Order: sequence, then C-alpha cells, then structure tokens
Amino acid sequence: MSVMAEGHEATEAARARKFGSLYSRNASAVVSRGLMATRSSNWLVMASGFLEPVLFLVSMGVGLGSIVGPVQGPSGQEISYAAYIAPALLAVSAMNGAIYDSTWNVFFKMNFAKLYQGMLYTSLGPLDVAMGEIFLALLRGLLYATGFTAVMGMMGLLTTPWALLMMPASVLIAFGFASFGMGVTSFMKTFQQMDWVNFFLLPMFLFSATFYPLSVYPEPIQWLVQAMPLWHGVELLRQISVGSFGPATVVHIGYYLVMILVGILLTTGRLRALFLK
Amino acid sequence: MKPDVVIAAHKLTKKYGDLAAVDGISFEVSAGESFGLLGPNGAGKSTTMKMIGGVSQRTSGQLSIMGLDPESHGPEVRAHLGVVPQQDNLDEELKVRENLLVYGRYFGLPLSYLRPKADELLEFAQLTEKAKSRVDDLSGGMKRRLTIARSLINEPRILLLDEPTTGLDPQARHILWDRLFRLKEQGVTLILTTHYMDEAEQLCDRLIVVDKGRIMAEGSPSSLIREHSTREVLELRFGSERNTRIGAELQGIGERLETLPDRVLIYADDGEAALEQVTARGLHPLTSLVRRSSLEDVFLRLTGRSLVD
Repeated sequence: MSVMAEGHEATEAARARKFGSLYSRNASAVVSRGLMATRSSNWLVMASGFLEPVLFLVSMGVGLGSIVGPVQGPSGQEISYAAYIAPALLAVSAMNGAIYDSTWNVFFKMNFAKLYQGMLYTSLGPLDVAMGEIFLALLRGLLYATGFTAVMGMMGLLTTPWALLMMPASVLIAFGFASFGMGVTSFMKTFQQMDWVNFFLLPMFLFSATFYPLSVYPEPIQWLVQAMPLWHGVELLRQISVGSFGPATVVHIGYYLVMILVGILLTTGRLRALFLK
Repeated sequence: MKPDVVIAAHKLTKKYGDLAAVDGISFEVSAGESFGLLGPNGAGKSTTMKMIGGVSQRTSGQLSIMGLDPESHGPEVRAHLGVVPQQDNLDEELKVRENLLVYGRYFGLPLSYLRPKADELLEFAQLTEKAKSRVDDLSGGMKRRLTIARSLINEPRILLLDEPTTGLDPQARHILWDRLFRLKEQGVTLILTTHYMDEAEQLCDRLIVVDKGRIMAEGSPSSLIREHSTREVLELRFGSERNTRIGAELQGIGERLETLPDRVLIYADDGEAALEQVTARGLHPLTSLVRRSSLEDVFLRLTGRSLVD
C-alpha cells in the first residue's frame, strides 16, 4: 500500500497558498479544533462561570434591591436596583467567559498539552494560533452574555430596543479580555502565578462600579477604577441598557479597541518568542 | 546547488549564550535520500531538526529547505514537511482519527481530501481499530505510529524524525522501522536523528556523526565502518577489576585496543584469530564475543566515548 503515492491535488493546492512568516490565513482550523475539543470538556466548570453573575443578579438585584429601592440611572432617570446592576453583571459575564478560555485553558495547552508547539510545526503561524484561540474565548464570552441577556429579559430588565446593542458590545468586551488574557497567560509558568489572575479579577469585579456608582470613592481611587478594563465595560453596557449615549461611550469603546490590538500583538509576539525561538 | 537538493545547510550555527549547541555544520540532502544524524544526547541533533523546521532560529550560517529559508518562510516551509518530534505531542482532547483530521486542517487541507486520507493513514499505522479511541488509551508504540501517521497527512516531501524509537520496546521498534522503511521505498526523504546505531544502519543511506555540535564524519553506514573501524570486533570481559589492568598484556593483538570499564574491545579483521592469540598468551576472559563492527565502534573511535552512556 502506498500512502505517499502521487502528489494529491489538494496537498498541492494547500502548498500553493500565500503565506506570511507569521500568518497563513488559517485561524479557522484552530477554531474548528477548539470546537471539536469542547465536546470532551467539563461542562460543569463551564456552567459555573455563567451562573456566577446570574446568582449575583438574583441575590443582589432582587434581594438587596428590595431594601435599596429605585436608584439613579446613567441619564439621571430612576431605575430599579436590579436594572442598575444587570448591565454591569453582563459585562462580568462576558469577561468570565473570555477569561475562562484565555487563561486557564490556554495555560494548560501551553505548558502541559504542548498544543501550540504541535500547531506551530505545521503551516500555521503564531498569528493564526493567537487569532483562533482568542476567537474561541470570545465565543464563550458571547455564549455567556447571550444567556445572561436572556435572564435579564425574563426578569423584565430589558426596557428599550437599544438594549439589544448590549450583545455586540459584550463581544467587544469579551474580545478585549480574551486577547489580553491570552497574552498575559503566556508569561505564566506555574499554578501559583495563575492564582494571581483570580487575585486581580475578584477586586476588579467587586469595585468597578458594579454595584454602586463610582462617585462613592475619593478621587484617586476613582482614577484607579477608571483605569481598569471592567469599569469601561460596565459603564458602556449601563449606558446602552437605557439608550443614553455620550462622548464617554466612544472612550469606552476605544479603550477596548486598544486592549484588543495590544492583546493580539502581545500574544502573537509571545507565541513567537516561546515556540519559534 | 544540485537541482535535487532539498536541504542545504552551510556553516549552520545555534548558540545559547556562550554554548554552541550546533557549531558550524554543513550538509546537503537530496530528494528521496534517507539521511541520519547520529550522536549522543546533547550533540545538537534536535536543535538542527528544529532549525530545519523553522521553529528554532539559527545564530548564523545558511539554511535552505526546498529553496526557502525556514526563518522567513516558516509556514510555507512547514507545508512541505512532516514532523515527528522527540516527544509525542498528540492532541489528547481529540480522538485518534480526529487527531489526523484536525492536523490536516492546520495545513489548510479540505475535509473531502482528509477523510479518506485519514483512513488510509490509520491503516498504514495499523490503528484502524483504534480510530475512535482516546489518545490516552494507546500504548507508547501506538502513539508513536499515530504521530508518524499524522506527520504524513500533508504528503510531505521531507519527513523529520527526531529519535523516532527512543523509549519503545524492541517489538514496537521493529514495527516502526518496517513502516519507515516502506516510506523510504516510496521515495520520501527521511531525516532522522538517533543515538541507536542499529537504527541508523537500518534506515540511513548516508549519515553524519555529530558530537558537541560538530560533524565528526560523514558517509554511508558501511563506508564509515570501513573507514574508521576494522571488519570485526572481539569483545572480552575479564571482570570489572581486571578489565582496566589487562590492557598492557593484550598489546599487539589486532589493529587497535579499546578499554572500557566493563569490557575490552580488540579491533581486528579476523576476530576469531585474535581470540586465539589472546588464549595463546594464557589469558582467559570470562566471556568473549566476536561481532561485526558497528557505528558504535565508529563513534567510539572518533570521540573516544560511547554513544549511550
């Protein structure tokens, strides 16, 4: 039997493609690999990332909301406390989805499964791998965000058609966290270092004006919170949820566009430094 | 450069700090040739392989694969290569057959081509029954065969095999050699590193002996043996106490004498005759063995050390 008989036209065609030194326009192969591998992944772990913000919405929004009463929304109008924190938790949901894939999963694939090493021994370039993995992470962010938006709808927290724009905005947020998260993870070598991710994420979740307005902080703290990515996501979604836009909206979107770009460059550079040295 | 040269390395060098892992080696490989890099661990074999695959950047020198520089045309060069790394890096989250399909997708190949190709390769690797198994459930030899099958998914012109049979039991090694020999018969260019001389003798048309990043000798296995060793070798064991002291009493027998901690080697064209001379001197080794010279002897001659410590 001859496995190498004649050059098959498909392999000739695959070789005749245009290649860059870092990119072979084949990130979709990385994505389809990820989707295939998802079937064997741990669904319970996946569900927990989705449930966390939902539980917060129910306990804080409904429970705490009953004693807080109505609060002032982004454009000055009165809204229920649940409606105030729901967009913030949606941003957290998108973040969680993106972070789950781009930190722990990437850490494992990089250091234990040696997946990227294998990929980079094919005609994939580091940019293909980075884009594919980041896309998978943002896909999970989108999945979480879709589920969370559905929960918001069921709780009657979607009051304007503008709120539908929260979906693409969630993708933007997930994209930012996915690309940056993967870049940062590429520096991690041990489990202890990975714990820093949680150490960073928990305070960011609690203090990014998620449950109360930024104005409660003294000014220096306000600056610090405003430097954090989640705050921009929280504010962006909060504005969209009531259809109240301003110059700040552009700043929030711009923040994420920069984060995405820096993240992709960082990740590609790191993959190159680690596996094509 | 000859038209059928697929790999050309000229003064190829890779330094890690002050240490030169590969120290200015030059060689050429022609299409369809089976070319080996023989040397002990740390000789620079794997580093050379990585530079050929473009996943390690050279410090200096020139390297061309199918006329392309793997450093600037990595993805394009690798489209022509099949790679079997030293350690299996199969995708454990995927089933056996999925590993082949997904790997083919990395090369931008369509599923219409990949589905029949995957089945064909599973048969070649004698893994058809395992198509739906988890990678985890395969034995070491099976994993190795799957890695080789995977490396063939893009019909590579050049197959890079880094220590293909290290860590396998003898039976698994022979199955693997048989598969590799078939590929060789089909005209695939094989580049393999090994520290097993029997492997090099079985599979390589031509090889370079590498030590400390330098080429010590180059040629076919038989010509290397002819050049650097005698036809036969007489191995004598006198017990660990006496081996080192007995050298002086054996002087003059055969062409050359090599004293190792566990045995004494006498290089002679006629081993039996040499053994008769030994006993004629009243020396009685615990065991004696006459064998043909191997690449191990070549390596010992060239470097003063054995291949596998």
